[in-house]
Amino acid sequence: MKDIIISKLNKAYEGTAVLKDFSTRISGNGITCIMGPSGCGKTTLMNILLGLEKADSGEISGLPDRVSAVFQEDRLCEDFSASANIRMACSRSLPDEEIQKWLDHLEIPEILHKKTSELSGGMKRRVAIARAMLAEGDMIFMDEPFKGLDDETRKAVIREVKACGKPLLIITHDPEDAELLGANIIYFNT
Amino acid sequence: MKLDPKTKKFAAAAFLLLLWQAAAMLLNQKLLLASPADVIQRLFSIWREPAFFASVLFSFVRICAGFLLGFTVGVILAVISGKYSAVKILLQPVMATIKSVPVASFIILALIWLNSSQLSVFISFLMVLPVIYNNVLSGIQSIDPKMLQMADVFRIPWGKRFLFIWLPTIKPQLTAACSTALGLAWKSGIAAEVIGIPSRSIGEMLYSAKVYLNTVDLFTWTVIIVVISVLFEKFFMMLLRLFYRKLETL
Repeated sequence: MKDIIISKLNKAYEGTAVLKDFSTRISGNGITCIMGPSGCGKTTLMNILLGLEKADSGEISGLPDRVSAVFQEDRLCEDFSASANIRMACSRSLPDEEIQKWLDHLEIPEILHKKTSELSGGMKRRVAIARAMLAEGDMIFMDEPFKGLDDETRKAVIREVKACGKPLLIITHDPEDAELLGANIIYFNT
Repeated sequence: MKLDPKTKKFAAAAFLLLLWQAAAMLLNQKLLLASPADVIQRLFSIWREPAFFASVLFSFVRICAGFLLGFTVGVILAVISGKYSAVKILLQPVMATIKSVPVASFIILALIWLNSSQLSVFISFLMVLPVIYNNVLSGIQSIDPKMLQMADVFRIPWGKRFLFIWLPTIKPQLTAACSTALGLAWKSGIAAEVIGIPSRSIGEMLYSAKVYLNTVDLFTWTVIIVVISVLFEKFFMMLLRLFYRKLETL
């Protein structure tokens, strides 16, 4: 897959610049972590890359045709089961076994048919991660995907995410996450 | 003393009946106010009259058809308005007009266009439509935009969005709207029948009771209307709850 090239990207909200002439290159293969202090515009950049917000100016090339994502919030349909939430995001038909396999990997084996509203915060986070992994997409964008997970679970989830084989762009503020992922790091400081 | 909700409801109904009986006894004029005892007595005989079931069926079928039509069209129009703001703008004055014009004006106008036997279908439909439309639309407008962004990113097709995001979000508004609209459908449908007087309808029975100053029959038919309307409301709300329970198991 081609690299994503971002050149001179600008974005401001009510006159306050969030991204100012931001340029970088994100590898189209492997794992890239975007790091930086809170409020520096990491999520804004991800929203622009996902097509959810428009940049004021600048150019982006090499964006994959189809992506999946883990958002800052879980964005799950709370009235439905974990399996329904995952299936909803997939255009192919997914057998229960395939979903269960991923839930096992993410250490939430017993929740396949459980209503999402009945799950803990950490479980919901992992359902959101499983959804992004199983959905069709040439690349996965993740915004603070490991937040709310205890240390041991976080490490196990990072292992699975790393092993998924798809190019990943991950926003994190934790240097240990980036290290465990073996990622290229883009330090964000506008 | 602590009472459970069912006992409280029963106590309130009993209090109302007692009040009604006391007022009837105090007035002691059946022509002005029939007593609950008279009504209960008449209830035991009225269903044996040859036109009873035909009248109930006539009005029930038409008013329910009007409600279901208003429900379906209201939901469809609200969904289209939620998706296309131009449709919402175009429909705004239409719904405002239907809501504010007196039902009697519509009934008289509809009598010119329609056969009196179809009147209650049309009037019930017309009264239900804006209630369902406005509530469902306000439910759609309360959908979390972040969930819609999620659906865009995952390219979730429209049908799945409707089932998994739209329908659960509009559930409270849809439930409240149905409860209100069902009552309205019966009130307006019967009013239309009283004005249009289609033969063998509950409306005709009420009209006859009025013409012959038969207050006991007037009260008895009113009780029958209330009972049928409440039963249908309970049945429809149960179907709605079942639908949502089934939806959540998808």
